[in-house]
This record gives sequence, structure tokens and C-alpha cells, in this order.
Amino acid sequence: MKKKKIVVAVTGLNNTDNPGPGVPVIRGIRESKEFDARIIGLAYENLEPGIYMKEIVDKAYQIPYPSSGSDTLMERLAYINSVENIDVLIPNFDAELFTFMKSEDKLKEMGISTFLPTSEQLEERQKSNLPAYGKKYGIKVPYSKDITSHWDIQVIKNEFQYPVLVKGKFYDAYIAYNDEQVSNHFNRISAKWGLPIIIQEFIRGTEVNVVALGDGKGNTIGAVPMRKQYITDKGKGWGGITLSDKNMLKITTDLISKTKWRGGMELEMIKTVNNDYYMIEINPRIPAWVYLAVGAGQNIPEALVKLALGMNVEPYKSYEVGKMFIRYSYDLIGDIQQFEKLSINGEL
Amino acid sequence: MTNIMKKQKYERPIINRINAGVSNKFGTQTKINIISEIDGLAVKDLLKDYGSPLYVISEREIRETYSKAKQAFSTRYPKVQFAWSYKTNYLDAVCRLYHKLGSWAEVVSGFEYDKAIDNGVPGSNIIFNGPDKSEEDLTKAIKNGSLIHVDHFDELYLIMKLADKIEETPKLAIRVNMDTGIYPQWDRFGFNYENGEAWNALNRIMLNEKVDLVGLHTHIGTYIMTPNAYGVAAYKLAELAVRVDKKYGHKVKYIDMGGGFASKNTLKGAYLPGADTCPSFDDYAEAITNALINSEIDPDNLPTLFLETGRALIDDAGYLLGTVLANKRLADGRRSTIIDIGINMLFTSFWYEHNIVPAQETTHHTEDTTIYGPLCMNIDVIRAAIQFPLLNKKDHVVISRIGAYNMTQWLQFITLRPNVVIIDMEKNVHVIRENETKKNFDQLEKVPEYLK
Amino acid sequence: MNIKKDIAISDSGFVFDPTTGESYSLNPLGVEILTLLKDGDDQKEITNFVLQKYEVDSDTFENNYYDFLNMLKQFNLTEPQA
Repeated sequence: MKKKKIVVAVTGLNNTDNPGPGVPVIRGIRESKEFDARIIGLAYENLEPGIYMKEIVDKAYQIPYPSSGSDTLMERLAYINSVENIDVLIPNFDAELFTFMKSEDKLKEMGISTFLPTSEQLEERQKSNLPAYGKKYGIKVPYSKDITSHWDIQVIKNEFQYPVLVKGKFYDAYIAYNDEQVSNHFNRISAKWGLPIIIQEFIRGTEVNVVALGDGKGNTIGAVPMRKQYITDKGKGWGGITLSDKNMLKITTDLISKTKWRGGMELEMIKTVNNDYYMIEINPRIPAWVYLAVGAGQNIPEALVKLALGMNVEPYKSYEVGKMFIRYSYDLIGDIQQFEKLSINGEL
Repeated sequence: MTNIMKKQKYERPIINRINAGVSNKFGTQTKINIISEIDGLAVKDLLKDYGSPLYVISEREIRETYSKAKQAFSTRYPKVQFAWSYKTNYLDAVCRLYHKLGSWAEVVSGFEYDKAIDNGVPGSNIIFNGPDKSEEDLTKAIKNGSLIHVDHFDELYLIMKLADKIEETPKLAIRVNMDTGIYPQWDRFGFNYENGEAWNALNRIMLNEKVDLVGLHTHIGTYIMTPNAYGVAAYKLAELAVRVDKKYGHKVKYIDMGGGFASKNTLKGAYLPGADTCPSFDDYAEAITNALINSEIDPDNLPTLFLETGRALIDDAGYLLGTVLANKRLADGRRSTIIDIGINMLFTSFWYEHNIVPAQETTHHTEDTTIYGPLCMNIDVIRAAIQFPLLNKKDHVVISRIGAYNMTQWLQFITLRPNVVIIDMEKNVHVIRENETKKNFDQLEKVPEYLK
Repeated sequence: MNIKKDIAISDSGFVFDPTTGESYSLNPLGVEILTLLKDGDDQKEITNFVLQKYEVDSDTFENNYYDFLNMLKQFNLTEPQA
């Protein structure tokens, strides 16, 4: 069969020690038996490694940060599209999702397909909405309370047992063993991320993750559970192994069926010694370790491209258990002329 | 053949370091936004004719935004009434334009109340809010049949005392504060819902025969980005209305959801620009009207929905035009540009990253720039860090989205306030507030004999 | 003022300083002036060149020229004075 030629644009080319999912997503698409894809890398910064990886990215363009506004971003994409004729765009950063979702219709008009969650799906899974989310969809979540002042620490004190997690609205989480530590973390996090601060019950157990893809109609197209075997000082998995865990798969397919989740997702759960599963975070995009799923037999990036193109996609039924990923770093050799081209022309 | 060659347009030489990492530029593909005209009138002509700096208000944008807001609510709810929030912009011409479009007046002081009367608003179409209403103000408002929104018990007792003396029956609503799931919770205004204070106040009013309960009011905060909070608030007010009806068989005539809708300006510290994240009128309308329609209120006796939104109606219609006074290099190599617009004229620069753009064509080259106002005060910073094109002395700049609060919270500080003009639908320009002169201030001052 | 001999100036406006590894971007007039400086032109020659080619008065240009030189100094693109 002759492979279908398509053009796919991908962000998240920052394959650094805090890696974005762009490069693994591209590897999945490159391994497709159905597509012959030209890959357009979209980069925010001029040293994102993916830009310089010739076998990964065919052509890279710089794009403006979401903070400069969706109009600016759309203008830039219109230009890139006029040259490249993009079929599918896969955004891979949390921070850019809102902007791309908002522009979904405009992209469609330009002939660019995406496959993203809806704004309601994105909003209701926010960290501070997690308790309501758990209640609505019948999943266990750690007990948590939002606080907005030091006074509140005393008010809610009796509802928690130490230790607790002190979390920022978007990022940062610290363990606290007493009032004083809560207070310190409150100051530190609120100075950086503002209010409210989330106080969360600390669940003891093992962190396990699922990468999954929902078709927007309630079907789970793919789902692979994994446990991180080695975690860096930045909290990133540097090695992981696929698990055979029916409970995790059931939680995932139930959630996708109830929420009619559209697009890629990563579920972060804690499995306790009593075999209870607590959902701690739902990331609304494909995670950086997605290539493990590809290696285990579920090419989730390829399936996502198909869904975006409106093709019929058969759900994956199985995956290989005991497949492992081990991340490594690798020094590419670049040249100042490449850097010049990228800096002056915004493309390479 | 002549050897006279036309000289090329000059742009000062610049050099920027390319930092690894961050980059928001794409060489010649970078687009610099400019605003060279407003409603078809050239910025440079406006500045020439009316001086620099200059406030410009676009009647066209006021009308367009108002009709969008009105449509959003009136297509979802049968009875809707806007009331113009005077404190947002109380220039008489602006208020009269809103009244012409159908808005009532929402005032928060005796001064604003008198302005509304002078602008021809019937007393019964004035909503009197706020914690500061003097005995004299209240007497006037009662006699005029205005809608008095009670803020605290001391005020309620004063009104009841006045009601004994005045023939007209005071028309009252209470302002209610509540938890709508947003931070901060504004609990300093009105009576609290959760602790029963609001219900208590309603009972006192209902049990007093000399006052009439006509409405319920809330104003949950400012620059609210989550429409759902309005849904929660509307639901709680509806619940109070139903309780009053059940206990006393009395139906309130209106529910006033106040203001606080966000504008498209970007708050300092926000990651995404306001233009992307700001909810639309439809979003707010959907949340509020759903809550009211789905409440227990008798559908045949739906109260009128009052809205006091100010910022979201007028912010986009205001522009501040100015001129570059100088360029300067700071000690650390950053560029600074000094313009004739200071924070005394742009109070909102304390919380917004205002959109400031050149009024004339520039190339795509920019420098990391700090934009200062003209005041001899360290805090006079319009933008602390912005990638800005290379403007020269006397070039013009435009700051957009400044229609709300700047023409009321402005300060006469160091310099005098400039002209304010409105561009009407036929593109005629009218001065609606003249630039101040030293004489204006001399009139108010008195020097004691011994200092003369 | 002497410009470092080994810096590479590209017509695109890209400048690479091999002694520090830093790179810079310039606008067209920045490129022209830096090239002239590297070729050894003095302020008078450069001013004449600019005034003939561009719509600018000598005061404005002088002001901008010194500012530009200061930036070159700040970025260490000049040779230390002997």
C-alpha cells in the first residue's frame, strides 16, 4: 500500500532534561505504516533540540509565545501554512492549549485539523476543581481544600492529618509536616503563583500513570499504564515500565466514557497498599513518555493524527507488558550558520 | 538623467544581543501593530488640532459594544435594564450617550447623583449604591423615588427614621455579598448571604410598613474572569427573592447583578493576554440568565434583570494619544522612551499591561524598552518592559482600551489634564472636556493675608 | 573606535563574535555603520555617508551614533583602547 502523504506540525521540541512530548510524538508518526509525513516543528525558543534534529523535523519555524496573544500566533501560523500547507497540528504544552483550543475554528478554516479537548473538559480538570471532578465522575481523589490566607490554615486544621501537600494553582507542590511548614510553603507558593493555595491530603503509595486517547464520543482508542522506575531531581521519569493493571485501565476507560474526553491525556494516580487508586492530576495532552506506548504496540500519536483527519480508528485492544523506556541524553553537533538562519529568518 | 536620488527613510542604528532561549521575533516576518487613525481620523491630525496628550472616545465603539451587551442579555431574558456606572466614566457627554442608548444611571455619591439629575435622568431611573450616602442625599433620593441600595444597618435605620418624616415611601433594595467561589470575596459591601445577615435585613424591611422592598442587588467583585461566579450569585439572589415571596407574598421587581465584567485589557502578572481570556457578554449572560430562569422564581413574575457593567462597555472605546519626548539609554543598556502620558493620566497602568503602539509606520526592528511618563517621579512607568519599535522624538504613540476609570481616577499632579474629545458617528470631533489651565486651580485656592 | 577584527558581519544583520561566542542582530543601518567602522572609517566619514543616504539631520544622527557606539562597547565588540 502506498503511504498517504500528510504534513503535520508539532510543538514541544524541547527534548531537554524537562522534556516536551514533541520529539516522541514525531517518532510515533514517523513509524506509521499509513502515513508519509512531512514534519513541521514549531518552536518557541531557539535552542529547542528538536529544531536541529534532521531526521525528526523536516523544517522548523519559530512561533510567538501564547502570551503574545492568539491573533499574533494565528498570523504567524497563517504564514507558515501558506508555505507548508499543514494538515494536522499537535500542540504539546499545557500553557499553549487554551490558545490553540480557542483558535480551533480559525485553524479549521485554514485547512488545519486538530484534535483537542473542549474548554469544559480542560477547565473542570483544573487542579483546584479536582474534588468536584472526583465527585462528578466517581473517582477517588485526595481530600483537598483551597485556602486564601494564613488564617485559613487554622480554620481547616481539623480536617487534615499531617503530612499534607501544599500546592500552587498551576505548579509547585511541597510536603508539610506541621503548621509552620504549611505557612512557609503558603508564602513561597503564593508569591510565585498567587492564590488560592491548595492543601491536599497526602496519599501514601506508588505513583502510576496512564497515557490514553479518547475519541470525543466516549471511546478509549488507546491506553497504556506505566510506573516510573527512576525519577530525576526535577521529578521527571527517566525510566519506566508498562504494567498489566486492569484497575487502571478500567478507571481510564470509565473516565473517558463519562467525560467523552477528546484527545490525548495523561492520568497521574497514586496506588495505595490497599489497592485503592487516587487520581492526583489529569494532564490534557500526550505525555513525554508516549513513545513507550508506541514501543508497547499502541501508536497513540498516529491514532491522534487519524482522529484529527476524521478517519475511522479502531481502538487498540492490547499492549505488551514489561516494555521499558530508558531516557538518555545525546549531543547533537550544530553550527552557528543554523543559529543565524533561525535567529534572523525565524525558520530553519 | 539627474543625479538627485531620493533619500531613504531613516531608522536609528541598533544592535540587540541574541539570547539563547527566548525569542518572539521572526525576522522580517515580525509584524508591528500600529494605530494611525481612530474611526478614520488620523492620529497626527487629532494631536495637531487638540494638543498632546489627548483622550479620544469613539462613539461608534460605545454603540457597538453596548448593542453587543444588550443583545447577549435580551435574547436570553425577557426584561433587561442597563444602568450606566457613573464612576467608570462620568463625563457628561459620555453619560448622556449611554442614557440616549437606554441606560439608567448607577451612582455612588451625592456628587454623582446630582450629575445624573443634571443629565436629565428621571429620579426613578437612578440607582443609588455605595456605603456613603448622607442624610441630605438620602432625603433627595427618597423624594425623587430613586432606587436606594442599602449597604449596612446604620444606613437602613437612618432611612427608616427619614421615612417617618417624608411623605414618599423609600424604594429599597439591599446589596448582598456572598461566596461565589472566587477570590477575593468582597465582604465589605452590603449584607452577607451565608451568615444570614442579608435575610435578617430583608425581614426588617418587610416588617416596616413605611419602606418598600423593590429589588435585590449584588456586585461580586471586579474584573471577574469566571462567568460561573455570576451564575452562583444570581442563584443566591433568586433564592432570597423566593423566600421573601413565600414568607410575605411579596415579589421583588428586579434583581441587580452589578458589574465587574472583565475587559480585554491584560492584568499585570497574567500569562495570557486579556483579549484571549476575557469572557464574552454571551458567556456572562448565559451564566446569569440560566441561573435566574432555572431558579424557583415564578416564571410569570420574573424580576427585571439590572446590569451595572461599566468597564466592559467603555474600555475599548477610549484611546490615549501622546508624543515621544525623548529616548534614553539606561545604565544597564536597556532603552527607555519617555512619553508625555504619565500615570496621573493613566491610573489603570498600575494594574494593566496597557497596549501601547506607534501611530506611524515602523520597521520590524524593536528593542527591549521601558516606557516612562513625563513626571519627575520614579513610579511613573507606563510599561516596564516591552519590545518596542524605534521611535524618534516627536513621534506619536497610541494607548488603546483606556475608556474605563481613567477619566475619573485621573490626578491633577505635576501637569494639567488635557483635552478629551469624542468622535461622533459622522466623524466630527467634539471637545467634551477642555484641557485644564492654571487659572482653574487658582480659582479654588486662597492665600491667607499674612502669606501674601 | 576600533572594532574587533575577527567578528563576522553578515548582510542579514547577524553578527557573531568568535572570541565570546555571543551573537547579535542589527537593523540595516546598524550593519552599514558596523561595517564602515570595521573598515576603519571615522565618525566624519560615516556621518557624511549617512546624511547623504538617509533623511536625517546631523544632530539626531550624532545622538543616535554615540548611543550605538556605546552599545558596541557594552557588548565588548570594540578593541580595548591601547
